[in-house]
Amino acid sequence: MSEKSGGDIFLRGVWEENPVLIQILGLCPTLAVTNTVENAVAMALATAFVLVGSSGLVSLVRRIIPDQVRISAYILIIATFVTVVDLLMAAVAPSASKALGPFVPLIVVNCMILGRAEAFASKNPFFPSILDAAGTSSGFAVALLMMGGVRELLGSGSLLGLHVLPGSWEPWVIMILPPGGFLTLGVILMGLSWWWRRGQKADETARPRRWPHGVREPEERAA
Amino acid sequence: MSGGGPAGTGGGAEAGTGGGAGREGGGGMPVQPSSSRLVGTLGLLSVVAGVAIVLVHAWAQPRIEAHQREELRLAIEEVLGEPQRYETRWIRDGRLLDSLPAGADSSAASPVYAGFAANGRLVGYAIPGQKAGYQDVVRLIFGYDPDAGKVLGMKVLESKETPGLGAKITSDSAFIHGFDGVEAPIEGVKHPARDAHQVDMITGATISSTTVISIINDRLEAVGPVLSKAGTRTATAAGSPGADAPRTAAAAGPGPRAAGPGQGGGER
Repeated sequence: MSEKSGGDIFLRGVWEENPVLIQILGLCPTLAVTNTVENAVAMALATAFVLVGSSGLVSLVRRIIPDQVRISAYILIIATFVTVVDLLMAAVAPSASKALGPFVPLIVVNCMILGRAEAFASKNPFFPSILDAAGTSSGFAVALLMMGGVRELLGSGSLLGLHVLPGSWEPWVIMILPPGGFLTLGVILMGLSWWWRRGQKADETARPRRWPHGVREPEERAA
Repeated sequence: MSGGGPAGTGGGAEAGTGGGAGREGGGGMPVQPSSSRLVGTLGLLSVVAGVAIVLVHAWAQPRIEAHQREELRLAIEEVLGEPQRYETRWIRDGRLLDSLPAGADSSAASPVYAGFAANGRLVGYAIPGQKAGYQDVVRLIFGYDPDAGKVLGMKVLESKETPGLGAKITSDSAFIHGFDGVEAPIEGVKHPARDAHQVDMITGATISSTTVISIINDRLEAVGPVLSKAGTRTATAAGSPGADAPRTAAAAGPGPRAAGPGQGGGER
C-alpha cells in the first residue's frame, strides 16, 4: 500500500475501483438525480466536497478515535460536511439546491463515503486519503455524467439544457423517470462488463479481474 | 509493516507510521478504552461539529433568505404583470389588514401581496397557496384582480411532481398562460378551453393540473370575498405610515382597472 504512488491511488478510484461502475455503491443518487447533466454535475460536486473533506478529517483524527466508536465518529464527521454543503448550496446555488431537493442531505447515507472512511482514510496518512477520496469522487462524477448525459439526451433531447437533437425528436419521457435510471445503469454496466471480458480474453496474462465490492483485495491486506 | 496483522482491520494497513498506536494493543484482545474516553471523544467531536455548523449557518442563512425574498419578488411581479411596487397585507379572521398588530400570531394570518401600478392604482393581489399534489405539496402563487374577478397569472413556486409529466405545471407555458385572465371559479377541461372560466389541463398530468386549479379555487373561496370587499378601500384608505400620495389616486377610478396593464385584462 505504501509503495503505491499518488497517481495510482487516484486512478484506482476513477476506474479500477470506480464506486458506481465496479463497486456498485452510491446507487441512490446515481439513479435519482441523473435525469439532467446539470443535476449530475451538482450532485458530483456536492459529494466530492463531502468525500474529500470527511476522508481528510478522518485520516487526521484516526489515532484519536477509539476503535469502538469509530463508525459513529465517521458518521458525525460526514453528517457535518453534508449539513455544511447543504447550507452552502442553498446560499450560493439556490436553483441547483432546489433541483436536487432531499438528495443533498441524503449524501450522508451514501455508503461510498463511509466506505472510503472505513476502508482507506482510517488507515492511511492525510495526503493519500485525500487522493483516494478525490479519485473516488472523480469516479463517481464520471458515472453520474455518463448517466446524466444519456438520460438527458434521450429523455429531453438536450444536453446541459441546450437542445441538441432535432425538433422532430420525440423525447423518451421514461428516460427522465426512475425506470430510465435503472435501464441506463443496466445498459452501461452490461457494456462495460462485455468490454472488460473482451480485454481479458485477448490478454490471458492480465491480472484477474477484480470486483472489490468496497473492500480491498485480500493480497493487499495480507501484504 | 508491523506484525499486528492477524486481526485484519487494524495494523496491517498502517502505512509504516508507528505501529497502530491506540488502535489495537498488540495483535490479541483489543484493549477496551474507558467509557469516559469513548463518550469524551464523541462529545468533543459533536461540539466541534456543532460549532462548525453554527458558523456556516450564520453565514448562509441571510443569503438563503435573500434568495427566497428575491424569488418571491420575481414571482409576485410575474403573476401581477410587472406592478411598479407591492406591499404585504395580511388576512386574518376574514379581514384584510395593512399590517399585523405587534406580537400577533402570524400563523393565524395569511399574507397576500397588493401590487400597484405606476400611478398608484391597485393592480391586484398576489395570493400564495399550497396543497398536496401527486408526489408532494405543490406551492404556488397567483395574481387576482378582485374587481374583475379574474386571475391575472399563476406561478408554481415549489413542486416535486413527476419529471416529464406532472412537472409540466412549472414549465408548460400553454398551461401556465392559460391562467392569465381566466375568471374564477376555474374549471379544468380537456383541450380546448371554451369559456372564460376554463383552462386546458395537461395531458398525462391530470392530478397535478387539478391540484393547481383547486389550490387557486380554494384560496379564492377563502380570501376572494375579503379582497373584493376591501379591494378599493385598501387602495385608498390605508392609513399606514407608508401611505403615499399616488395611492390615493386609485380612489377615483376602480372602474377602468380591467383595461389596465394586467395580462389579458383588457379583453372581455
